Amino acid sequence: MKKLQTLFLGVLVIIAVLFAGVLQLKKQTGMSGAETVNIYNWGDYLAPDLITKFEKETGYKVNYDTFDSNEAMYTKIKQGGTSYDITVPSDYMTQKMIKEHLVTKLSADKIKGLANIGPAYLNRSFDPHNQYSIPYFWGTLGIIYNDKFYQKTDVDHWSKLWDQKFRNQLMFIDGAREYLGVGLLTLGYSQNTTDQAKLLEASAKLRQLKPNIKAIAADEIKMYLADEEGRVAVEYSGEASEMLAENSHLHYVIPQEGTNVWFDNLVIPRSAQNKKGAYAFINFMLRPENAARNARYIGYSTPNQAALKLLPAKIRQNQAFYPSQAQLRKMEVYQDLGQKKVQEYNDLYLTLKIKK
Amino acid sequence: MQKMRSLFAVPYALWLMFFVFAPIALIVGYSLMDINGHLTLTNYQDFFSSSNYLLLTLSSFWYALLITLCTLLFGYPMAYCLTHLKHRDLWLMLVILPTWISLLLKAYAFIGIFGIHGGVNQFLGLFGIPARQILFTNFSFVFVSAYIELPFMILPIYNSLVEIDSSLIFASYDLGANKWQTFTKIIWPLSLSGVKSGIQAIFIPSLSLFMLTRLIGGNHVITLGTAIEEHFLVTQNWGMGATIGVVLIIIMLLVMGLTRQRKGGS
Repeated sequence: MKKLQTLFLGVLVIIAVLFAGVLQLKKQTGMSGAETVNIYNWGDYLAPDLITKFEKETGYKVNYDTFDSNEAMYTKIKQGGTSYDITVPSDYMTQKMIKEHLVTKLSADKIKGLANIGPAYLNRSFDPHNQYSIPYFWGTLGIIYNDKFYQKTDVDHWSKLWDQKFRNQLMFIDGAREYLGVGLLTLGYSQNTTDQAKLLEASAKLRQLKPNIKAIAADEIKMYLADEEGRVAVEYSGEASEMLAENSHLHYVIPQEGTNVWFDNLVIPRSAQNKKGAYAFINFMLRPENAARNARYIGYSTPNQAALKLLPAKIRQNQAFYPSQAQLRKMEVYQDLGQKKVQEYNDLYLTLKIKK
Repeated sequence: MQKMRSLFAVPYALWLMFFVFAPIALIVGYSLMDINGHLTLTNYQDFFSSSNYLLLTLSSFWYALLITLCTLLFGYPMAYCLTHLKHRDLWLMLVILPTWISLLLKAYAFIGIFGIHGGVNQFLGLFGIPARQILFTNFSFVFVSAYIELPFMILPIYNSLVEIDSSLIFASYDLGANKWQTFTKIIWPLSLSGVKSGIQAIFIPSLSLFMLTRLIGGNHVITLGTAIEEHFLVTQNWGMGATIGVVLIIIMLLVMGLTRQRKGGS
């Protein structure tokens, strides 16, 4: 019994020591100190050398945490207990966070370099006049095809996806908005449609697409297309640029009816502890040379026009990733439709997935 | 002494409290709330009046049943053979070994094996059989799930087989029973407890496999797990997600009840 008691005590002591260690570590990395900037970003969504450069220039220490979905980030920030100074929500989530007062209004006089951002990327419906957010990267939803099996004219309209030649070949990104959005676009409706009749019409149309669907998947699509397991997919331009780098037979096309355009934005959460550091980071990222460096590392499209000039012509002139302003105007941002409509979209999507 | 003993129980009591009872209570609590946090039974009404959810429940149940049957069909003979081998411990370790590897890694490996240009199709190609679609079929989903769960069927069966007193088997032969009779009258009934724990260990997790439905099934196979993920992450309707969770818990209790070990033989 004595031995057991000693063991028990020993365990308690170890727990105490570890706990003290954690506290000490926290103090050193400064979870809430004024000298650190806590950045909460998507995984691998900032060139690592830029972090070093920022630290050297400003003297701040960067604490970089990652998330893998808007919803995961939103839930964590909403529940509190965090002190992130910068986070990077997508458009509809930016809108939702503004609505729920989770982000701070930016003071224009503290931001330097906003003029570098192209006018087509500012003043979008999710944040009019960019009072709360600064665009970080943007992109589109489009079709990737392998030129060994198909050609560009096979996929230049959304309606062509219904063609017999894609039977059991099409891969689709796993998302209710994306799936129903393509149905709505094909019928000529807005991707933010809330009219139930139109949604039902789109879902009936998508029922007929089912025989062409090989798989509904997420990040794995990248691998499937690069390995030619899949020959054609509906995916985001960001993912597409990674696939194209791996397999030269792949091409990215934006169908002529237009598509969804998305923006990931820098915002300062209300719970931020180091707002000065957050502004310093935003200004740092707005500088053309830094934005250009980041765009080359990530491979997504930058909204920073001054940075674009620093990129090689091959990237700059690529219509698939930097479409013309006229094309851009035809594209829609997903808007936050409110919980009820989101539920309706997802119920329709689930039904489409279940029914053969 | 008594006091000391109850002190030792504190960590376990706390553990049960925080990691077993509290989460279940939370799930039940959430399932009784609508989106605005009001107390209601609408989630259950929605669940049982929606053909989608009933279909999902049915298909989850069906696939879990298939997976359990497959593992039992392969697992029992394997466990039986294991008990007759010379280096049992080594073989047993080889059975356990795959469980040390992350489930995701194994799933990704199967994507490579089952792919159009993967190992299976290349092998079939040697005999002039053209490459076929194996990934994203119901077969591949059941196969991979059964492969991943197999060790959890073999282990309990093996343990119950090893515990059988060999003198019982000798006695059976002495009394003139043949091999088949010995198996059906002696070995099978005595290993039943292992089979039951194996079924419990596989059927329940199989109800809500959701990574595999996407990775291997390409979302052609949809289970309740898919719906739960969607409700918690996309639609933010935690109430509905929790309701599906409660339904899963009830199915689990039913399975436990059906496979209950009867103590003190009847």
